Amino acid sequence: MSSEVADLPDASGHFGVYGGRFVAETLIEPLDELTAAYERLKNDAGFQAELDRDLADYVGRPSPLYFAERWSNMLGGAKIYLKREDLNHTGAHKVNNTIGQALLAKHLGKTRIIAETGAGQHGVASATVAARLGLECVVYMGAEDVKRQALNVYRMKLLGATVVPVESGSKTLKDALNEAMRDWVTNVDNTFYIIGTVAGPHPYPMLVRDFQAIIGREAKQQIMAAEGRLPDALIACVGGGSNAIGLFHPFIEDSDVAMYGVEAAGDGIDTPRHAAPLCAGRPGVLHGNRTYLVEDDNGQIIETHSISAGLDYPGVGPEHAWLKDIGRANYVAVNDDEALKAFHDLTKIEGIMPALESSHALAYAAKLAPTMRKDQTIIVNLSGRGDKDIHTVAGLEGITV
Amino acid sequence: MSRIKACFAALKAENKKALIPFVTAGDPNPAVTVPLMHVMVEAGADLLELGVPFSDPMAEGPTIQKACERALEHGTSLRDVLAMVSEFRHTNSTTPVILMGYMNPVEIMGYQAFATAAAEAGVDGLLTVDMPPEEAGALVEVLKAVEIDPIFLLAPTTTDERVAKICAEASGFVYYVSLKGVTGAANLDVAAVDAKLAQIRRHTELPIGVGFGIRDAETAQRVAAVADAVVVGSAVVNRVAENAESPEKINEAVATLLCEMRVAMDAGPPKVGWFAKLFGTGK
Ligand SMILES: Cc1ncc(COP(=O)(O)O)c(C=O)c1O
Repeated sequence: MSSEVADLPDASGHFGVYGGRFVAETLIEPLDELTAAYERLKNDAGFQAELDRDLADYVGRPSPLYFAERWSNMLGGAKIYLKREDLNHTGAHKVNNTIGQALLAKHLGKTRIIAETGAGQHGVASATVAARLGLECVVYMGAEDVKRQALNVYRMKLLGATVVPVESGSKTLKDALNEAMRDWVTNVDNTFYIIGTVAGPHPYPMLVRDFQAIIGREAKQQIMAAEGRLPDALIACVGGGSNAIGLFHPFIEDSDVAMYGVEAAGDGIDTPRHAAPLCAGRPGVLHGNRTYLVEDDNGQIIETHSISAGLDYPGVGPEHAWLKDIGRANYVAVNDDEALKAFHDLTKIEGIMPALESSHALAYAAKLAPTMRKDQTIIVNLSGRGDKDIHTVAGLEGITV
Repeated sequence: MSRIKACFAALKAENKKALIPFVTAGDPNPAVTVPLMHVMVEAGADLLELGVPFSDPMAEGPTIQKACERALEHGTSLRDVLAMVSEFRHTNSTTPVILMGYMNPVEIMGYQAFATAAAEAGVDGLLTVDMPPEEAGALVEVLKAVEIDPIFLLAPTTTDERVAKICAEASGFVYYVSLKGVTGAANLDVAAVDAKLAQIRRHTELPIGVGFGIRDAETAQRVAAVADAVVVGSAVVNRVAENAESPEKINEAVATLLCEMRVAMDAGPPKVGWFAKLFGTGK
């Protein structure tokens, strides 16, 4: 694959026809300011050293690449390696991005941080870095999610953040993002908006990807050390797409490496209850970029469904939309039941309790591995740990914990 | 001459400023909208802004968010909104109508299909909040081909360089967003608006409308003193919302507000005590 794809977005933030900057005029100037600051700091040795130090000493990087031998043997096909983002501080890949954006906020002299969150993982990761830098932090969260994710709401409060329940629209992640944008438009002078995934207006899809690409860079070195060659396939779950693009991006030019992004099929992509814009949606404009969306014939965004709150989003990062259209990555969907089975399997077989989001990637690995040879390898991004989902899983089994 | 051009020319000849009320189409139900449009014209509106309901209105405060939700409960679609404009045109062929909303409904309908249908319905302008000129090239082209004006926003954060670029693309009028914030905000600073308008006027001869934060006759009058047009959104939609359960009262409630604004705007710059004399309130 040519380096042209890896070099995207173009100067105006487009990945082919996707991406761009579809925002109210008030935000153009702050987005320009952010783009310029990022372009400057990206190549600044001091900034990079500060970022590397934080990733090592605070986040705990590099995260291990673990060969899930017992599970691989039971599936009876390719060797499955797990990229252990669940071992990061705060328990998911989200912190790779919040550390980076918080450093940008500091360099831009902003004193207040805002974030949107669905499951609460990005909210916790934002509240964490805000606490450490002594910045005020406000997290927007759909009122429905506040109810579903009480544990993370309390974690954010302990970290000193203000959690604002969003009562508009469907009261979930997309509405939290709308509300965060409204806050930003009102408080642009002192506020930095830490977007939690590779969505939003340019430069967010680019800079979040760059901060998450540490996952793929490490994985590439680690698999070379372990196997002496590149993997045959990469698998990651796709909500907004940040953990997936973080793993994929450093491999884009390695055309022999297949890539699978796994969306949440909820009750099934042939039902109205799913969260799979790439598999079952179509292009449109939402939250500042053009991308695939779950929407109706009139262009209204439809409420999504997934057992995992972190995948419950009607859009997807524009770079994934482009990788789909040009055929560089494959996008597939896994339903609630399949994800749940993978959650239990990995817990029982490897002693690793994955997040329900990551369980979607694992469920697809369980389908793909048996179709491959034993000398082939797969890297699955284990984007987060499952502690936050214990209430959900227990609830499905009629148990209250 | 386009309706928008003719409208501003006529106002200028009379030394008057334009009053542009905004309502969300289909709020609180679709039957209300067309009669309300006629009532607003009778009450002194010069142009009408008709909101196209959207599920994710990112730039709106709570008032217009809820208006979108009420309209969407009835499934009001972009095509329904065009049908309303068409019906309005049966008896009104002069008052300009500007659609205001978000990109996605237009994206899904298709630019060409939208432009053709909108022109046929009698739409005069399109303002999409989340469509800065950098992304608007293809849409602007098809709109201009059917003589629909693309209305662009300018904001307090817009740099001088961008003001020039946006004004070069704009036609009809330009819309200055008076404050950093969402619709319905209350932090309007008229002196700051005046200063920014002077900067904008260096780049364009087009009329300048000012919106966001204009909530009563007094603010309408103060903004009218510095701008060419006053856009009133949340204040109007609040009158609709207050009467959502008894829609037969909406026309009168909205008309009362617009009459107050019209009188205040036409009375010119504030004279001490005039407001109390006219309306018996001590603002
Ligand atoms: C553990 C985990 N994985 C994945 C996601 C999905 O986000 P993304 O697609 O941006 O990686 C989330 C979001 O909350 C998450 O918490």
